[in-house]
Amino acid sequence: MASITIKNLVKLYGDGFPAVNDVSLDIADGEFVILVGPSGCGKSTLLRMIVGLEDITSGDLLIGEERVNQKAPRQRNLSMVFQNYALYPHLTVFENIAFPLRLRKTPDAEVKQRVEEAAKTLELTEHLQRKPSNLSGGQRQRVAMGRAIVRQADAFLFDEPLSNLDAKLRGQMRTEILRMQRRMGITTVYVTHDQIEAMTLGDRVAVMRKGVIQQVASPRELYERPVNLFVAGFIGSPPMNFLPAFVRGNELELPFVNVPLSEETKNKIGDHQLLIAGIRPEKFDEIGMVEEQKKARGIAFNAEVDVTEWLGAEQYAFVPYEAHEDIAKRLAELEKELDSEQMRTQMVVTLDPASRIRDGETAELWLDPTQMHLFNPHTGENLTLKEKAEEPAGRHSAPTDDGPPVKTT
Amino acid sequence: MKSRDTHWGWIVGAVLILIWSAFPIVWILSLSFKQPGEVIGGNPQFLPKNWTWSNYDYVFSIPLFTHALVNSIGISLIATTVGVVFATLVAYAIARLAFPGKGLILGFALAIAMFPVASLVGPLFDLWRNIGLYDTWLGLIIPYISFALPLALWTLSAFFREIPWEMEQAAQVDGATNWQAFRKVIVPLAAPGVFTAAILTFFFCWNDFVFGISLTSTDNARPVPAALAFFTGRSQFEQPATYQAAAAVIVTIPVIILVLLFQRRIVAGLTSGAVKG
Repeated sequence: MASITIKNLVKLYGDGFPAVNDVSLDIADGEFVILVGPSGCGKSTLLRMIVGLEDITSGDLLIGEERVNQKAPRQRNLSMVFQNYALYPHLTVFENIAFPLRLRKTPDAEVKQRVEEAAKTLELTEHLQRKPSNLSGGQRQRVAMGRAIVRQADAFLFDEPLSNLDAKLRGQMRTEILRMQRRMGITTVYVTHDQIEAMTLGDRVAVMRKGVIQQVASPRELYERPVNLFVAGFIGSPPMNFLPAFVRGNELELPFVNVPLSEETKNKIGDHQLLIAGIRPEKFDEIGMVEEQKKARGIAFNAEVDVTEWLGAEQYAFVPYEAHEDIAKRLAELEKELDSEQMRTQMVVTLDPASRIRDGETAELWLDPTQMHLFNPHTGENLTLKEKAEEPAGRHSAPTDDGPPVKTT
Repeated sequence: MKSRDTHWGWIVGAVLILIWSAFPIVWILSLSFKQPGEVIGGNPQFLPKNWTWSNYDYVFSIPLFTHALVNSIGISLIATTVGVVFATLVAYAIARLAFPGKGLILGFALAIAMFPVASLVGPLFDLWRNIGLYDTWLGLIIPYISFALPLALWTLSAFFREIPWEMEQAAQVDGATNWQAFRKVIVPLAAPGVFTAAILTFFFCWNDFVFGISLTSTDNARPVPAALAFFTGRSQFEQPATYQAAAAVIVTIPVIILVLLFQRRIVAGLTSGAVKG
């Protein structure tokens, strides 16, 4: 058990490209930290620097109190689960799990006892004498986990461990990993590009982009108080809507609706005339579905629904709009960075599954503007973010102020 | 019905190829059981008129052959072992490490493999005589290793390259030193490649004639292929053909045994299941 301290870590490749650029992160003993970001953001490189498979160009890496920059992987006492599992195909499941113990010349009796214990937790007991090639994907994944937990490592490192599993199995293994981490209380660093894994597993989540950490916070904080456009766009599914917003005196003009601006918000905006407004799909609703006492808080408006998607538990409506040229360009860039490609500028609205709105109809929608973020279109910075509140105490804890983070009315 | 026809087509084709390639071997086998006189007598026929083991008895009775057999086995085994161990280490370095001159080593190895052996025999003959390696085991082992190495190197580095690097990294994270990772993970996984390289090297040494006849002069180091050229009949009126055939059959046996023993290891896809797929 140990904490991991990352100080100004840099990884330069031979051609001078910084894969990891001045990253600092303190991971407490027993904490579950997620590194998340689109492909090529340096999250895997950072993990491999921690475990010792990549050299550190500059900066300090401490495990416990000890600087380990120059240490070989085997001296760092970390265990890792690889994306492709990296099982040894010539060894049985038993020997695969026992491999780290054998290298430490552990007595046979102890090896047997510990491997069987690990196999029991992972329900691999009946497969111990089989070879990895005869196992299913999920079983191979569990063997890789077994190899990681069988010895007393200081920390677990996971490199996209679930990305090779099908969706159903992925959900099950995700819960399994969480349960195991909670039970063993071991420091864990987990790399993923899947934001559902990031949100469900992490005590804290570090969102990375182009080798730089954008924000480190609890999943809830990331969702409700993203520091910039990138984080706001990356966290959440379906993603946050980004709409062009023009400042018109005391109002903000959005594609379908004008929103009044409070004095406080106006101060924060400064002299910007054009902004990007970020609104989560679930902050919209169909007017008929809003409770009476809530209705006054928001603004009603009409919009033509292009397509609806009904998923049983939820329903989404897509509302296309024409975006200002500058904003459209900025949004296209952002989409590209986020590994996605949106064909048109459109707004996604979460509807009640019982809603009867059909494709092509004009719907009367309702928006709660207190839940709106305003971003600087050039820097991407979240202008409406209040001065950072106290660090929330624990996992998934709510922001410390009771109300919504942004008040624009 | 169509599939039945193609089925027969395959069988006929296979039989034709089998006859084509087995004919010389069967011919030598048949020759080795004929009496020496039958070869020069009239009315030749494929199968021996009188089957006899006498050719085999004779070749095992002359030191020319028995010494050559010991030489061949010893020299080939030593050259193979040393060559393959060496090639394994070099190929691993080439497949895994980035160092300047890597391409040069592979290119150089290829150039050696293409170099005509006959052109080197003359200078080697002079050199070996001067430094006392002429007509010794070492005098043959050295050229065998240097000419077999390139082939082994290319075979092995191809095998090493196919082993996912993650295997090794996993081993290192699990607590292995570089050497342990190599010995406990990489070598077992590359076993089919190592066997292939070993067999190819062994065949090269075992079948060599040019070095064997040029760099030896006595039973000290002369290998079987060279010794076959020195066979004579039991008298000057006798042709050595049947004895040579018997000796040839004997030296073919280890080759066949080797192939039968290791073909399964060569073919076995040991890496399946290492990664998802």
